Amino acid sequence: MRWLLLKDLQILWRSPLLVALLVIYPIVVAVLIGLALSRGPEKPRVAILNEVPAGGEVISLGGEEVDTSLYSQQLFDAVDPVRVDSREEARELVRDGDVLGALILPSDIPFKLQSALEPATVEVLYNAEDPVKAQLVRDTIKSQVQDANAALTRKFTGVALGYLNLVVSGGSSSFLGRDFAVLGLGPAERILAQARASLPPSSPARGQIQEVLDFARLARENLDLSDELLGSVAEPIRVDARAVEGAGSTALSSFAVALAVTVSLMFVTLLLAAGTLALEREENAFRRLVRGLVSRTALLGEKIGLAAACSLLVALVMLAGLALFVELDWSRAPLWAAAAAAGALSFAAMGAAIGALAREVRVASLLAFMVSLPVAFVALVPSGTVSGAIYDTTRVVSALFPFDPALTALGAALDGSGGMLLPLAHLLVLTLAFGAAARLGLRRFD
Amino acid sequence: MIEASALSKRFGARRALREVSLTVHAGELVAIIGPNGAGKTTLLSILAGEARADSGGVSRPPEEIGWVPQQAALYGRLTVAENLRLFARLERCDDVAAAVERMLAQTGLAERAGDRVETLSGGNRQRVNVAIGLLSEPEALLLDEPSTALDPGQRERLWEFLRGRVDGGTAIVYSTHNVQEAERHAHRVLVLADGEAVYTGSPRELEQTVGASGLDFEAAFVEFLRRRGH
Repeated sequence: MRWLLLKDLQILWRSPLLVALLVIYPIVVAVLIGLALSRGPEKPRVAILNEVPAGGEVISLGGEEVDTSLYSQQLFDAVDPVRVDSREEARELVRDGDVLGALILPSDIPFKLQSALEPATVEVLYNAEDPVKAQLVRDTIKSQVQDANAALTRKFTGVALGYLNLVVSGGSSSFLGRDFAVLGLGPAERILAQARASLPPSSPARGQIQEVLDFARLARENLDLSDELLGSVAEPIRVDARAVEGAGSTALSSFAVALAVTVSLMFVTLLLAAGTLALEREENAFRRLVRGLVSRTALLGEKIGLAAACSLLVALVMLAGLALFVELDWSRAPLWAAAAAAGALSFAAMGAAIGALAREVRVASLLAFMVSLPVAFVALVPSGTVSGAIYDTTRVVSALFPFDPALTALGAALDGSGGMLLPLAHLLVLTLAFGAAARLGLRRFD
Repeated sequence: MIEASALSKRFGARRALREVSLTVHAGELVAIIGPNGAGKTTLLSILAGEARADSGGVSRPPEEIGWVPQQAALYGRLTVAENLRLFARLERCDDVAAAVERMLAQTGLAERAGDRVETLSGGNRQRVNVAIGLLSEPEALLLDEPSTALDPGQRERLWEFLRGRVDGGTAIVYSTHNVQEAERHAHRVLVLADGEAVYTGSPRELEQTVGASGLDFEAAFVEFLRRRGH
């Protein structure tokens, strides 16, 4: 069998396009994924028209100076801003596609924020030619405006709570530059209690004072609770996220690495296994080989072993390349290798089954692509995005092919999220099943 | 010697071979002729061990029989020498290098030894194909339509080469569409029609069996088949 292996390696070596593809493909994928993970998402390019006059950004709330430009700056930081001087210029840039959208801050924003009589409004112009980009602009600006709203609401709430505190406990405040003292419900209650105590027991004023005292106590006690209530109003819904499925869930970067490696592993292995097996038939050598020179099972084992070994090497090179961009735990390298090897064997068995169906290398390659792409897509359908029945179907279909367990095993090997045994056992079963299917398929070669 | 007894083969409802028996002695050259679909390739494939008969048997295992299929079974990206070396190793030849050298010399391909097979002409590929069949110095050699892709000069060299092997004691069986080639080179012919062996004997005897005077071998062959209802 080693002579067949040597022969296949010689043929591979003499197929420069294929070798280039096998070498370049994982490098390109690794670099692209690495760059994507290390650079983060691109900011949308947005035109900004700020009509608020210089110095007008500062408003007074409850005697406190609030610089609204800090909140608008948050918004500008979330985009790639292009400053413009007029609405026409903003519209033109959006229309020409120079920017994805335009954000207009009208001059009356500080006034409306300070008066709190009506909500301040910002205008967003966007180009709807590309729905994906339009959605990106809308989502980015909406998200940042919501953040600014939340921050301002907290500020308003703080001011309101200050006033309430003044009413409950008393103190001093200022309005329009004039300082004044506020008695407060608590001190008023104490004064009234002293006044009531100084009245003769038969005085009718004692009952009236008692009524005022009861009201003051009730008001103070309820207003004491209002800070919690206002806190709730300022942030009525908080997010408390907990993972219930896939505890210790795979980090996004690890998932991206596992996905990139699994996709490459799948394509390289399927194409090699299917191609090298179909080549025996295309060159008419299969019959000559199996008439006593080598058994069909040994021939199959050689193709599966060759494809798995080559793609394992590619996967490990990819992982090493991705480690330049993403922090990977090298102490887990033996687990990476185990997961990649199990995945490679399973993909190779599947590739051999595809190769056993095809008469020519080109047909085998086409079949491998046609089968692998939907298998990968189906395995990546997240729960909740489709109906329950469809999702269950995608799970069943995914379980029939090596992509899903290979991705799970590699993800677990990379960052220890979840166990590896189950996906490895799954891959072993699939390797045996596809190996048996390939062996049966070889009968078509007779 | 190679002996086949009562070989039968079905492909679905079609009977490709019906109890065909054949004995070829050492130093004998036997041609299998017959119309298209008569079962010539099926018979050779069974003798070579490529296909299994439904019933009947072959006296020699495939490993002891040299086999030259109709379509060259070669790796195009390997050189002539690499192809020969690979199959010599798989055939477990005692001296691989000597076997390769010998076949390169005998087939006149020594100068093309380093050329990739994909760059060779059809005739030269067929010579490599034949050379691989003879690597292990088999006592019996089977060839399926060996001269199909060859020009007249190459065809002549092939037959000269095969006659040399026959003179050395190799039993050779080949199939051909070219009836004159069978008449010219074969000691005996086996005529197959609809999977049935309808004649075994020398070309001359077939002409005598038909009995019509003035007919050449091809005409006698056609007449023979016509009389047998084929």
